[in-house]
Amino acid sequence: MGSYIPSTPEQRREMLNFLGLSDTDALFDEIPAAVRVNALDLPKGQSELGVRRQMEAMAAKNRVFPTIFRGAGAYRHYIPSIVKSVTSKETFITTYTPYQAEMSQGVLQSIFEYQTMICELTGMDVSNASTYDGASAAAEAVAMCRERKRRVAYISATTQPDVIDTVRTYCWAAGEELVIVPEKDGRTDTEALSTLLNDEAACVYVQQPNYYGLVEDCEAIGQMAHEAGAKFIMGINPIAAAVLKSPGECGADIAVGEGQPLGLSLSFGGPYLGFMTATKAMMRKLPGRIVGETTDKEGNRAYVLTLQAREQHIRREKASSNLCSNQALCALAAGVYMAAMGPEGMKQVATQCMSKARYLAAGLEGIGLHRAHTGEFFHEFVTLCDHPQPLLDALEQAGILGGLPVEGGILWCVTEMNTKDEMDRVIEICREAMAV
Amino acid sequence: MKLIFEKSVPGRRLSLLPDCDVPVCKLPESLRRTTPIGLPEMSENELSRHYSALERRSFGVNNGFYPLGSCTMKYNPRINDEMSALPGFADIHPLQPVHTVQGALEALALAEQLLCEITGMDHMTFQPAAGAHGELTGILLIKRYHAERGDTERTEIIVPDSAHGTNPATVSMTGMTAVSIESGPDGRVDLDKLKAVVGPKTAGLMLTNPNTLGLFEKDILEITDIIHKAGGLVYYDGANLNAIMGIARPGDMGFDCVHLNLHKTFSTPHGGGGPGSGPVGCKDFLAPYLPRPVVEKEGEGYTLDYERPLSIGRIKTFYGNFAIVLRALTYVLTLGREGIKEASTQAVLNANYMRKKLSECYDIAYDYTCMHEFVMTLSGLKKEKGITAADIAKALIDRGIHPPTMYFPLIVPEALMIEPVETESKETMDEAIEALLDIYKVACADPESLHAAPLTTPVGRVDETAAARHPKLRYEG
Amino acid sequence: MGKSERLYAKSHEWLLDLGDGTFAVGISDHAQSELGDLVFVNLPEVGDQAVAGEPIADVESVKAVSDIYSPATGTVVAINELLLDTPEALNENALENYLFKLSDVTERSELMDLAAYEQYVKEEA
Repeated sequence: MGSYIPSTPEQRREMLNFLGLSDTDALFDEIPAAVRVNALDLPKGQSELGVRRQMEAMAAKNRVFPTIFRGAGAYRHYIPSIVKSVTSKETFITTYTPYQAEMSQGVLQSIFEYQTMICELTGMDVSNASTYDGASAAAEAVAMCRERKRRVAYISATTQPDVIDTVRTYCWAAGEELVIVPEKDGRTDTEALSTLLNDEAACVYVQQPNYYGLVEDCEAIGQMAHEAGAKFIMGINPIAAAVLKSPGECGADIAVGEGQPLGLSLSFGGPYLGFMTATKAMMRKLPGRIVGETTDKEGNRAYVLTLQAREQHIRREKASSNLCSNQALCALAAGVYMAAMGPEGMKQVATQCMSKARYLAAGLEGIGLHRAHTGEFFHEFVTLCDHPQPLLDALEQAGILGGLPVEGGILWCVTEMNTKDEMDRVIEICREAMAV
Repeated sequence: MKLIFEKSVPGRRLSLLPDCDVPVCKLPESLRRTTPIGLPEMSENELSRHYSALERRSFGVNNGFYPLGSCTMKYNPRINDEMSALPGFADIHPLQPVHTVQGALEALALAEQLLCEITGMDHMTFQPAAGAHGELTGILLIKRYHAERGDTERTEIIVPDSAHGTNPATVSMTGMTAVSIESGPDGRVDLDKLKAVVGPKTAGLMLTNPNTLGLFEKDILEITDIIHKAGGLVYYDGANLNAIMGIARPGDMGFDCVHLNLHKTFSTPHGGGGPGSGPVGCKDFLAPYLPRPVVEKEGEGYTLDYERPLSIGRIKTFYGNFAIVLRALTYVLTLGREGIKEASTQAVLNANYMRKKLSECYDIAYDYTCMHEFVMTLSGLKKEKGITAADIAKALIDRGIHPPTMYFPLIVPEALMIEPVETESKETMDEAIEALLDIYKVACADPESLHAAPLTTPVGRVDETAAARHPKLRYEG
Repeated sequence: MGKSERLYAKSHEWLLDLGDGTFAVGISDHAQSELGDLVFVNLPEVGDQAVAGEPIADVESVKAVSDIYSPATGTVVAINELLLDTPEALNENALENYLFKLSDVTERSELMDLAAYEQYVKEEA
């Protein structure tokens, strides 16, 4: 049996004697006999090596694809060595939320730096210390815009389906109406949006680039939202933000997104990182932890969790969110990633993603896999294909995770991780599979 | 210490990517970003030193005793981290075909089975990313349950005044009303007060057991019965499960759904505030409402079932914080049947040992046999010597110990809540007891000196008022 | 109706008839001192309807938040925007710094003059 308990039987007896108890059972006298259990139906405990074997056996049943052309909300990017080296530091791993500021300046400063970097990337004024993931960040952003007389949220149909589903759950919970703005040719139907918007509109949420990888006209959508008196929320890809017009430049009130591309592994979907930013005007509506700069008694610069009176532990039922943690270790990873990349590195990753995606799109076009949409895209695109499965199976056999089958086609994703050779292979394998 | 931005030198960079092997494309100018990105420009050596310096200015379980009440700061076994980082787990895409992720689904199914056994539940979802996220999920299960029965008048969730703030905040997020009930004189749920508020509007009760005072709700069977008879459901806030694993199960006490904090009870690290994991378990009759998808056994293997028409929907992308679940699974497999019970037993023994030792000087709020934690009140010292709970906490920092939780629960004035956990040795506890008794002496003899604490940290007591009045939330250059 | 004295509510707000059909609302000096260092004031919006005895605003200190109950029923016609950036002004002078102004006041809470309020505070302690 494995155990992490340092107390010896002698010490246990000593402690029991001090308490005047004959055995440990007496500690639980207040638990009614009717609910006491004798023995749980659990396997026997194991040694470290024993557990390692069991876990490794399970891991071995998964297939790790050396080549991946699938994104749709989870993206394989290069993770610099320094990122994992920093996030493996024991103190960062085992520390709690930095409640005791004086002994937590390191964690607090790392979050303050993360907040600054995310503001820089999004072009927004303020950021929180992060939240669970992109989808819950979107749902919390929608909640930030809810007002007594404005209780209808609008979300574009071109948003990642998991995000729409999550926002829908939160809206249902709060009794807020959610309107899905239809798409037209793969982009948000702005004409439909203008007819749908009314004076109860709280916010309009658009994903940039959208689920199909296409670039949305965010400035126009933002303007429409503002004309209706609603807030404008952008859900962005943080890599694309290095080259695409930023939410700040598009006039967004809130910008959120999935931070996983910033140095986090795929890990079958989590943990990831939800980043949340806003304009100064909406600062006090931001949920979750926020770190601020201040001084100590001597006037030294110091950092501390701040604006706490917004939060559940003080406001209780009047708090607008129950959020009371962040993904600090993931935010740390993102911070190290952005610092390692620097402004030029971020642009380089984004440019390579975009350039390579265009190379693959052109190659697939050449073998008759035509793009489903026209216009600018970032690192994802959809090709029309009535029977995607034989193609994807053929790719799988070659150790390649192809694009995601979606309605009427395949949603491909290309990042800096994909080489020209890999793409040429994909094109060749698809060509052969289509010829059968 | 300088901020990373203050160490940045234009032109410095790491060499991370090969040149682009295809023709380079650019976006049309109208779509292009024009604002520069003010990220730091660093060398790898400087980056490494910067974060090492930040690590030194932090305090983790690896640095010393961390008796932070309600947070279960137990040792985080390193094997857990290593197993979650196996390439077979860390490098799989969440949208791979299910036949290529059978090991991942098996791990989720096994974790579900083991944690259901520990809690007495029938099903579990791992989608919630934290305890508060689990609370939201659980209360939505209850909301959906009533809605499906057409029982739309049930809009009230009862919450004891000793509860974590997340409980009432969660209720508000779900469009229901939190009804607070005052704790009885013994710090537990007052049955008469409970009976007075239940009725046709009662949707449910949220309860932490043992409660936030570290006391077991001995009337638990009556409590859950009162709620059930009124037509409501009972939600178990698993924050304090570390006291009773292998000894009693929420499912046997009459709870209908629970959330667990894998980052507390099941030894996954806190990471400075996350990522955690807040799985929600429920009884069979609530299973149709669980977030989709759910892992199902299919023949010899596993599949993901998305066809869940009654589901509350999603609360997060994909399947939750998978890598955290793997850590917890590693832990449960390591401890097993006997180890799980032993962990809780030792946690409770340690807490009672410290409680009785400290009661020599300090006032214990509700001084009965406690579970895994107990609460001291400093209101006597405050009145007599002007020493607050915060003063004691800051003095502990100078002695290399992380302070207990301060000012919680709200029903205890000047509260310090101590949770020693099972992975601390008697020697460590004895040192902490000695430190606390010594601080008490200083508080009586020379109270002024304590106001200056901490003196050994990189910064002294920080000005929280200035931070909140004129928020500076980012570096401005 | 001429300018009059501040009247106080048991919940520690004051109401001052400005004589021009509007009334200023603030918190008492005792209240600011009990609340400690204030870090933010959540004010209503112009046009909001205030109801006597109902919460209309709140004030935050670092670790607490307290509701402000309107001492009268009426329409909010102005807010003291100075407080949004300098909440410390309330700590410095709670009487000179109103929170908001009401017009069309129809109903008032039970209010006391300064002497009665001071007596009430003394008894409450």
